[in-house]
Amino acid sequence: MNNEKFTMNIALFSFLTFLGSMAAGFLGALTGLGGGVVIVPLLALVFGVDIRYAIGASLVSVIATSSGAAAAYVKKGFSNIRLGMFLEMATTFGAFLGAALAGMISTRIIAVIFGMVLLYSAFLSARGQHPTATEDAPDFLANSLHLDSSYPSLHGIVPYHVHAIPTGFSLMFLAGTLSGLLGIGSGAVKVLAMDQAMRVPFKVSTTTSNFMIGVTAAASAGVYLNRGYIDPGLAMPVMLGVVLGSLLGSQVLVSSRTRLLRIVFAAIILILGFEMVYKGITGRI
Amino acid sequence: MNNKRSAISDAMIDEVIGDLLRVGVVLSSLIVLIGGGLYLTRHGAELPNYHMFYGEPSELRSILGIIKDASSFSGRGIIQFGMLLLIATPVMRVAFTVVSFIIQRDRIYVGVTLIVLSVLIFSLAGGGR
Repeated sequence: MNNEKFTMNIALFSFLTFLGSMAAGFLGALTGLGGGVVIVPLLALVFGVDIRYAIGASLVSVIATSSGAAAAYVKKGFSNIRLGMFLEMATTFGAFLGAALAGMISTRIIAVIFGMVLLYSAFLSARGQHPTATEDAPDFLANSLHLDSSYPSLHGIVPYHVHAIPTGFSLMFLAGTLSGLLGIGSGAVKVLAMDQAMRVPFKVSTTTSNFMIGVTAAASAGVYLNRGYIDPGLAMPVMLGVVLGSLLGSQVLVSSRTRLLRIVFAAIILILGFEMVYKGITGRI
Repeated sequence: MNNKRSAISDAMIDEVIGDLLRVGVVLSSLIVLIGGGLYLTRHGAELPNYHMFYGEPSELRSILGIIKDASSFSGRGIIQFGMLLLIATPVMRVAFTVVSFIIQRDRIYVGVTLIVLSVLIFSLAGGGR
């Protein structure tokens, strides 16, 4: 089976990975889950690409989609630049560590960790909505670091407080490490840290996390590039596909069908998660 | 203090950062597309070999090597130059944020942002190899 796949030439291979990446970017943007998380399993499981090349190609596409989306958000005033920068100290150090770890541990272990992150993402996206904060007392640390801010809404400017800085910071370090180790945006962990732990308003946490993803991915992409994990021939169709797909996905109006798509996408992530864990344990990756 | 002034420069910096990100993504995508066209017309009929890991040759790993390879019109070199530009986009963004905090005289965040910027530059310059 694997041998048969590699009788296709580079032109066809590039075309097919382009289409697959475009679909991933499209679904990722439409469902808000990000396409990055399915790129590595798509390349590794479907196209038989070595997981290190797959992670390198995924990282650059994560930078492209995050920067593209952040360009649109940054002017609207939702994202909290101070909060983002403060937490980026955690994510960039984490990403650097994750990228360093990726060079030391076996690809089988990476596959198993990847599978578990996929299963967790599937669980999160299937569960859907997040609980919103109720009481909103100021936090001493957040106040001294000038992290409290406000955002525009239909009812005017809404001020908010940021909480649980040490917990959020630690979770962000974990998010960064996973991002560097697996070549993903770790949007799920980032939103978890900001929504659940730090209780930042949903709109602020999604846009701030989006701007952080590109910077975090750049910290590990540098290491991957220098180590020779980014192959131009592979990264080219993947990056172009994801960019085009997410551009199309963000143009489509959110409708009732998105819920169905969300479930379908969660199911795909779930299957890929089991497959990654299985292949990692049996050593067929 | 001078809230008005910093509010204006904040909005201006946001404009610049938004444009910078957009230009970075569009420009690197175009370069990757051009390099990809060259690469596919020259090597499209060959067989891919991604199931075994070899790592990239040294000229596609370092900033100087990539610039040298791209300027000799190698398709892979041009693609890699686009990738380099893409990776540099968030780095530029952080650099601009340093400037915005300097304008606002926010010392804590000048420091915070400089730490982030140093990690990024260290990584891109090959410090993690």
